[in-house]
Amino acid sequence: MQTQLIEAGIFCASYNAEVGFIRSLHEGGLIELVTVNNTEFIQEDDLLKLEKMIRLHYDLQINTAGIETIIHLLGRLESMQQEITNLRGRLNLYEVLE
Amino acid sequence: MAFIDYYKTLGVNKNATEDDIKKAYRKLARKYHPDVNPNDKEAHKKFQEINEANEVLSDPEKRKKYDAYGEHWQHADEYEKARQAQANQGFGANEYTYSGGGGDDTFSDFFASLFGDTAGRRGRRGNAAFRGQDYNAELRLNLTDVYHTHQQTLKVNDKNIRITIPAGVADGQVIRLKGHGGPGVNNGPAGDLYITFVINNNTPYKRAGDDLYSDVEIDLYTAVLGGEITVDTINGKVKLKVHAGTQNGAKTRLKGKGFPVYKKDNEFGDLYITYTVKIPVHLTEKQKDLFTQLSKL
Repeated sequence: MQTQLIEAGIFCASYNAEVGFIRSLHEGGLIELVTVNNTEFIQEDDLLKLEKMIRLHYDLQINTAGIETIIHLLGRLESMQQEITNLRGRLNLYEVLE
Repeated sequence: MAFIDYYKTLGVNKNATEDDIKKAYRKLARKYHPDVNPNDKEAHKKFQEINEANEVLSDPEKRKKYDAYGEHWQHADEYEKARQAQANQGFGANEYTYSGGGGDDTFSDFFASLFGDTAGRRGRRGNAAFRGQDYNAELRLNLTDVYHTHQQTLKVNDKNIRITIPAGVADGQVIRLKGHGGPGVNNGPAGDLYITFVINNNTPYKRAGDDLYSDVEIDLYTAVLGGEITVDTINGKVKLKVHAGTQNGAKTRLKGKGFPVYKKDNEFGDLYITYTVKIPVHLTEKQKDLFTQLSKL
């Protein structure tokens, strides 16, 4: 499967974001930066997540450590919501069988 | 249309400095931002409210006008006329409403009458491209519809979208259709369409994950002596051997006769059958005699 790469510099210019910020997210393990011939690229799969992190940083002034915590907690929230959906399905099964 | 107390929305007093307003806005924005409150409509609405309050109070011109005419906003129009302001600033609807679930640039009717519809959004990123708004939709299907992978055409905002619905989709499952949301701003990419599946169980089976559950009645004689019965499964009938001495409530598993596993070709869950032993009623005299004999053996 192929993943499209977007040049980090072009992305940052379009979003008025600093390349340094993108790099700090990469260093924190939040996104993957791919370097080809000394040029850094963002993977298309990371775009949605990256846009969210840009909003958190520039609109809400949250630093990289804060973003890392939020992303981690949102991931847990999502998996818990999924678990609640599954449990509701199972509970429904027992309620109907009783 | 009700007056909106923007100071109250941000929790600051009327003498608040620009810095106080900035701090109060940031604090509330962090709490109610849609990115940190996914799928929370109340938080989204609250975020729009604090955004609007900030839009007015953080702009010295708007704040001045709001302070002068806020509670007497009906006169703002005359004020504007006197200043030969834009002709487009009229009164909108008769009710104060926020559009729920919309983008962050939705302002109340109160705001629109005081400042005009297009007065909002002094974006941090100037003319940068913004991604379009994400749309959420619900798709109601019967359980039998999602037994097989199939295609369906949906109409979203007057556009027909043909999507493939993989077999085994779960109730409450959400899929994302990239680029089928609202259009982007300044050539930004379109938003995404999120579809939540609501599955109506139109079968006699109960579904839990990929497994199905069903109750099957067997007569007393088959339960005691054993035998062969035919049971319905979701994709046809199967013959089943019942062991002698099968108890009421006993369960058996039919491997691979459950629901398709999502996005895994030719993989299926199991069907669990619970036997209900039917005790004969309205016995004939002969049957009663035989049961009595049996009981004395």
